[in-house]
Amino acid sequence: MTEKIPATIPPAPHRAEAAFKDFKPPYSEMQALAEANRCIYCHDAPCIEACPTSIDIPEFIRKITTGNLKGSARTIFASNILGMSCARVCPVEVLCVGACVYNEEGGAPVQIGRLQRYATDHAYAEGWRFAEAGAPTGKHIGLIRGGPASLAAAHELRRLGHACTIYEKRALLGGLNVSGVAPYKIRADRAAEEVEWVLGIGGIELKTGVEVGEDLSLEALEAQHDALFFGFGLGPDSRLEVQGEDIKGVRGAVGFIEEMKLGPVDLSGVEHALVIGGGNTAVDAVRELVTLGVPKVTLVYRGVEAGMKGYAHEWKQAKIEGVEALWQALPMYFKAKDGALIGVTCARVDEDKQLIPGSEFKVEAQLALMAIGQSKLGALLGDLEGIEVLRGRIIADEAGRTGRAGYFAGGDCVNGGKEVVNAAAEGKAAAVAIDAYLKTSSLKGAHHA
Amino acid sequence: MPDLTTNCGGIISPNPFWLASAPPTNTGDQIMRAFDAGWGGAVWKTLGQPVQNVSSRFGAIHHRSSRAVGFNNIELITDRSLELNLKEMVEVKKRYPKHAVIASLMVDTRQEWHDIVKRAIDAGADGLELNFGCPHGMCERGMGSAVGQEPKVNERITSWVQEVSTIPTLVKLTPNVGDIIPHGIAAQRGGANGVSLINTIKSIIGVDVDHFAPMPRVGMQSTNGGFCGPAVKPIALHMVAALARDHEFKLPISGIGGITNWRDAVEFMLLGASSVQVCTAVMLYGYRIVGDMIEGLEDYMRAHQFERLDDFIGKAIPNFSEWGDLDINYETVAQIDEEKCIGCQACVTACMDGGHQCIHPREGTRVPVVDEDECVGCNLCQIVCPVPGCVSMVEVDNGFAPTTWNEHIWDQKAIRPKKGAH
Repeated sequence: MTEKIPATIPPAPHRAEAAFKDFKPPYSEMQALAEANRCIYCHDAPCIEACPTSIDIPEFIRKITTGNLKGSARTIFASNILGMSCARVCPVEVLCVGACVYNEEGGAPVQIGRLQRYATDHAYAEGWRFAEAGAPTGKHIGLIRGGPASLAAAHELRRLGHACTIYEKRALLGGLNVSGVAPYKIRADRAAEEVEWVLGIGGIELKTGVEVGEDLSLEALEAQHDALFFGFGLGPDSRLEVQGEDIKGVRGAVGFIEEMKLGPVDLSGVEHALVIGGGNTAVDAVRELVTLGVPKVTLVYRGVEAGMKGYAHEWKQAKIEGVEALWQALPMYFKAKDGALIGVTCARVDEDKQLIPGSEFKVEAQLALMAIGQSKLGALLGDLEGIEVLRGRIIADEAGRTGRAGYFAGGDCVNGGKEVVNAAAEGKAAAVAIDAYLKTSSLKGAHHA
Repeated sequence: MPDLTTNCGGIISPNPFWLASAPPTNTGDQIMRAFDAGWGGAVWKTLGQPVQNVSSRFGAIHHRSSRAVGFNNIELITDRSLELNLKEMVEVKKRYPKHAVIASLMVDTRQEWHDIVKRAIDAGADGLELNFGCPHGMCERGMGSAVGQEPKVNERITSWVQEVSTIPTLVKLTPNVGDIIPHGIAAQRGGANGVSLINTIKSIIGVDVDHFAPMPRVGMQSTNGGFCGPAVKPIALHMVAALARDHEFKLPISGIGGITNWRDAVEFMLLGASSVQVCTAVMLYGYRIVGDMIEGLEDYMRAHQFERLDDFIGKAIPNFSEWGDLDINYETVAQIDEEKCIGCQACVTACMDGGHQCIHPREGTRVPVVDEDECVGCNLCQIVCPVPGCVSMVEVDNGFAPTTWNEHIWDQKAIRPKKGAH
C-alpha cells in the first residue's frame, strides 16, 4: 500500500472515512461539567493505575469542574503528549473507564475518555502548548518510523534537550493513528493535526521517503546518532495462504482501512462482505463496511464468540449495527468469476480449531478482508549482535532498552500490536532511558569502532 | 390523616408552608397561583414607600453540579404602589378566605406605621410581619436591619404597631447580630405575637475576577446583599433553636432559612418553629415544590404517629444542650460495609489529611480498614463517602459511665482516655 499513501491528507470529500460520525461525540460544556462533577476524586485512583501513561485522571477531571480547563489539559499532556488522540481511540472500557469505582456498584462509570477529549480539544482550539524544548545537549537521536511511539519519544527527547531526526519511509507521519484507526473514533485529518501539534515543540527533523535498511543503512545511522529508537510497528496483513487469495476482492483489512481513511473506495457491487478474523482489526472492519453501505457484512472466525480477541464492547456494538457472524469457520478457497470474487468455500473447525472433514459450505461474497494479524518485522534488526527477536517481536525491557547498547524500541514492533496509548507510554519511557544512557554513553563508534 | 392546620402566633393556615416575603409574593396573581399549588400562607412582599430597584439584583453560589446552594439579592421592598398591592390583597382574601395572608411592612415614622397597619388590616390581612431584617439598601435609610439590630428601636416600633393593630403581629428578625436572644426578647416586650427568622445574612456573593468588582454587578460596582438559600439553613436552625429554648422568650416562631423540602421543614419545626417560610427554593423551582413538602410532612407524621403539628413542634429542643453537658464518654468508631464499599478511598484521603490518620488502604482489596484504636468517631469519612449507608458510626462500649465535661470538672467523674491525640 505504501505507494498509495498521499503526501498530505486529502480533503474530506475525497476520503471514504468522511462518511463516519463520531461514535462518542464531543461533550458540550454542560455535558462535560455534569460528567466531571460525578468524579469522586478517588484516593490512589484505579483509573490512573489502568492508564498505560498514568495520566492523573481525577486531577484533570477536577480541573474541568473548577474552570481550570487549561490546567486540565496541562495535566493530561504532562503524562501523554498524544492525549488528544488517545482520548478518542483508547479502549477506555477496558482501561480507565473499566477501572472506575462506579463499576463496583453497577453504576455508570465516569466517561473519562470523553472528558479528556473535552479538555484536549480545547487546548488545540485555543492553541495552548505546555512543553518547551530543553537546553540543547548536543546529542542527536535517530527515530525509525514516525508513528505514535516515535512521536512520543521524540517529543520527550526534545523536552530533555536532545536533537531528533525521524526517518519515515512514507510521506505521512502518524502511523496507524492516521491510517489505521476506525474513523468513528478519529479521522485521519484530526490525527494528522496531532502530528503537527507534537512536532510544534520544534527541533524534530523529518526525513520522509527514507526506508532504513534500503535507502539508509544501520551503520550510517549509528555513525550519525548518539542513540536510535525503533518504532517501526507491524508489517503488511498476514495471509491465510489458501487458494484464490490473490484474486480481486480478497485483500488485507489493514490495507483496506488505510485506503478508506486516506482516499475513496469503490464498494459498488458488493452485496455481501466477509471479514476473516476475530481481533480488533476484524471488529473495526465489519463496522466500517456497514457504515460504508455494504448491505450484508459477516465476520468469519475460526473460534467461538467468547474466544474473540477483539474487545467485547466493540463487537457488541457491531452486532447492534447489524453485523452477522460465522463461528468456528475457516475459508478454504476463494472463487472468482471474470477475475473478481464471487464466493468463498469455508469449512467448520472444532473446538481445537481443527478442520472437520466434510463440513465444507459455500458463501456468496464479493469482498473478503483478511484480518488475521499483521506480519512482525523484528527480523529487520535480527542480524544485529545483541538484538533478540521473539516471534517477530523485538525484545526490549520496560524502559525500551534492547540487548544492544544505544538501541531502544517501543510500540507495536515490541508489544506485538497494542493500543496507541501503549505506544505513547513506551515511547516516552524509552526517551527517559535514552536520556539516562546518554549521560555516560553514545552509540557513535560503540559497535563499529 | 394527619392534621396540618397551623397556628403561628394566632395566624391560622391550612398547612405550615408559607411563602416568605420576597419576589414570589410580589403580586396577588402570584399568591393565588401559589395557593392553588398548595401553599398554606403567604407573606406579601414588603409594603412601604415603593422603591426603585437596580439591575442586576441576584447572585448565587454554584457548587459542583448543584446550582444556587447559596443565593443573595440586593433587591429592596416592593416597587409597586401601596394602593395596587392592597387592592389585590382584598381580592386574594376574598377568593382564599382560609389561607393566611400576612402583610410584611416597613416604614419609618410612628404615623407611617399607624397608617400602613390600619390599611393592611382593612385589606383583610390575617397578620402583620414587621420587616426588621433587610440588610441591604433599606437599612441605609434607617429601616430593615437597622431596626432589627437595635433591641430598643425594635421594641419601640413593635409597640407602635400594637397601638393600632387588631391582628397578630410577627417581628421578622435579622441574623446580622451577635446573639439573637435580646432581639427576640425586644419583640416580645414590644407586644409581638411571634417572631419570624432568619432574614438574610449580610453578604458579598462573589467577585468578578476579570472586572475586579463584587457581584452581582451594577455596572462596575456592587454592594452587599442578603444571603439565603440552602447554605444558610444551619445558621437559621441555630437561631431558631436558641430562641426556642430560651426560658424568657415565649413567642411562637415562624422558621425561615434555606428550607427546600419537607425534611428541612420538619427540622425547623422540631427545633421550635410552628410555621415555615420559603423563598429561594420557590424562586429556583417554582410553587409546585410544595406538593412534595406536604406529602413528605404527612408521611413523616404518619410514620411517627403524630396527629397534629403540636405533637412534634419543639421535640428536639430538649436534646439541644451546651457542649459541657454532652456525654464525653459516649464513643463511636467508623465501620465500613465491605459489601457496599466501591473502593474510592475518599475516606482514606479525608482521614489522612483532615482526620486522625486511622483509615488505611490494605493489600489485595480497595476496601480500606479502620484502625478502631485510633478512630475518634469524627464522622468525616461518613461525610465524604459517596455510597449511602456504607460508613456507619458504631457505638462502642468502653466501660465508662456517661459523664459530661462539667461533671468531670466539678465532680471529678472519670472520663475515658483520649483517642487520636498522638
